[in-house]
Amino acid sequence: MTQEGPIIRVLVSKVGLDGHDRGVKIVARALRDAGMEVIYSGLHRTPEEVVEAAIEEDVDILGLSLLSGAHMTIFPRVIDLLKARDATDILLVGGGVMPKEDVATLKEMGVAAILLQDAPPERIVSTMRQLVADRGPR
Amino acid sequence: MQIDTQANAGSTVATNGGSNGSALTRLERSLQAWENDELAAFISRQPESKTDYRTASGLPLKRVYTALDVAELPLEDVGLPGAFPFTRGPYPTMYRGRTWTMRQIAGFGTPADTNGRFKYLIEQGQTGLSVDFDMPTLMGYDSDHPMSLGEVGREGVAIDVLDDMEALFDGIDLTRISVSMTINPSAWILLAMYVAVAQARGYDLHQLSGTTQNDILKEYIAQKEWTFPVRPSVRIVRDTVTYCAAHMHRYNPVNISGYHIAEAGATAVQEAAFTIADAIAYVDEITKAGHDVDDFAPRLSFFFVSQADLFEEVAKFRALRRVYAKVMKERFGAQKPESMRIRFHAQTAAITLTQPQHQVNIVRTAYQALSAVLGGAQSLHTNGFDEAFTIPTEEAMKLSLRTQQVIADETNIPAVIDPLGGSYYVESLTTQIETEIFKILDQVEALGGTIAAIEEGWFQQQIADSAYDYARRKASGERPVIGVNKYVEPEENVVIETHPYHPATEQRQVEHLRNVKERRDAAEVDRLLARLKEVAQDDTQNIMPATIDAVKARASMGEIIAALQELWGTYRERPVI
Repeated sequence: MTQEGPIIRVLVSKVGLDGHDRGVKIVARALRDAGMEVIYSGLHRTPEEVVEAAIEEDVDILGLSLLSGAHMTIFPRVIDLLKARDATDILLVGGGVMPKEDVATLKEMGVAAILLQDAPPERIVSTMRQLVADRGPR
Repeated sequence: MQIDTQANAGSTVATNGGSNGSALTRLERSLQAWENDELAAFISRQPESKTDYRTASGLPLKRVYTALDVAELPLEDVGLPGAFPFTRGPYPTMYRGRTWTMRQIAGFGTPADTNGRFKYLIEQGQTGLSVDFDMPTLMGYDSDHPMSLGEVGREGVAIDVLDDMEALFDGIDLTRISVSMTINPSAWILLAMYVAVAQARGYDLHQLSGTTQNDILKEYIAQKEWTFPVRPSVRIVRDTVTYCAAHMHRYNPVNISGYHIAEAGATAVQEAAFTIADAIAYVDEITKAGHDVDDFAPRLSFFFVSQADLFEEVAKFRALRRVYAKVMKERFGAQKPESMRIRFHAQTAAITLTQPQHQVNIVRTAYQALSAVLGGAQSLHTNGFDEAFTIPTEEAMKLSLRTQQVIADETNIPAVIDPLGGSYYVESLTTQIETEIFKILDQVEALGGTIAAIEEGWFQQQIADSAYDYARRKASGERPVIGVNKYVEPEENVVIETHPYHPATEQRQVEHLRNVKERRDAAEVDRLLARLKEVAQDDTQNIMPATIDAVKARASMGEIIAALQELWGTYRERPVI
């Protein structure tokens, strides 16, 4: 599938103490194979670090993978930091394991999409493309 | 009459005179005839569903196995249970002598919360305890550390100081039940606390049975819990092993693990090989420091996944025992049989469990438990049907225990040892997996050994590749996952009660820690931490005694880690995708 428009840049990240990186690495690879430029933050990052990196790397999308249950602490923090840095044009996407109720809440807070443990790689790719297309040029 | 003139070092199923040799020749001809006649006719009317059948690891499978497939297999390689090479099991009586330990993991909230779950599980027939710790404890942070925010007592129990360990085991006689602690970079500290609790209670340390997981190498490879760089971390493992060899004769200081390696994406073959590679590295490290292998090897224990491909898993367990026995004998010159035999805990494969149609998880777990038992596990945790949601409820754990109890009490499987031994298929597959394991071990040697391969990211890349391959097959449907890519229910109304997280946990734990710090002798703690650093600096000294002293004075886990980080630094991963 050919990609139209400029190359999409994505930072996929692991924030907090959660060390489960199987999923985030698969996502990184799938996005890279689909022609996106992907940076992986590595493990145990802080919200400050990933927001800083997202801005520095001028990414379209910042992805957070969380399986530790700490998502309702970490996502709001990241959202606040993006607002404070005037970087809300960066789309925030979540992945991992989260309860459905929390997914709804996070979307209301401004997370653009949440793709959890059974989301096939193709759907993740197409969702990212759709989000960027819908947002339009920055 | 055809005489079998093949001279073998050992006897094979093919010898015993000429009659078996010609029986095999007849079988070979029958097989060919069957393929050309009955089989061909049947396939022309109804083709098989695939052209290529493989195990989950990718090993090729035949449609049927016969005596021909084991004709060359030395009977000595199969052997007998409780004797070299231990293919059939580590003990001569296995479950006839003692059922495997039913060991469901438990851990959440404060130590008192988890203590309640321990008592519930024991009431339900659990025979060994297994403790899960929260992310801060796993990573070496106290509950009041900034990195701990939002994570205290969430995925496991919070342990900061000795008082927490006392509360965790309140009312539980540690001389009468074994306790496994799933803890890695901070394992030696929790072991020190465990020893301190035991000493305060007046126990003889040699009475204590249990294990700390304490397998730091697989952390760098797969589970990703770490503090210090690789080499000082391996030294810590060495110290715990030699300390226990001297002071805690019934204790297993390490649980060398493949489970996490498999859950991170490795195939069965990779899981087995990478775990043995880790074991080799530890045994190397300890013997290099001057210890005799037979002094400590009998208490090395293992932990593997029990995954979905039932027969591959059974063959994997058997191959593991055989490979390890050969490695310990031939590479390390072990003399004691106990030094050569794998004893393992197994856990059913969490990665296979789904949120959609979550009750199906009960069935998956049952079959996986079955292969662990058929494979000769010494201890077993069966996952809850709510595994894909969060940490388990009491109800889920009770049903998981019953799953094991049905196998133990209703199927009659425990009556016979290694019941799949002798199966043409299982023996063939066992030998095949053994061969593949040795190939990988050779590759690791060529890279300069386990630690070098870890530093190079080799294991991590292999795992990432296998994980990606699995994801692609799952996405394409080639790997069926019921409820997810097959028999999907479009509008599922999920009704499930999940284990709640109590938001007051973090504050309670932080306050408790503050109180302990206020009451303790701060100068004494400083002195003992300084002493610990001195001991740590000297590679020839064992850090356990100084750590035990420090925890007794109420030095916190986080303080101990921070003190040694000043000395050793922290590990920073170079991630591979």
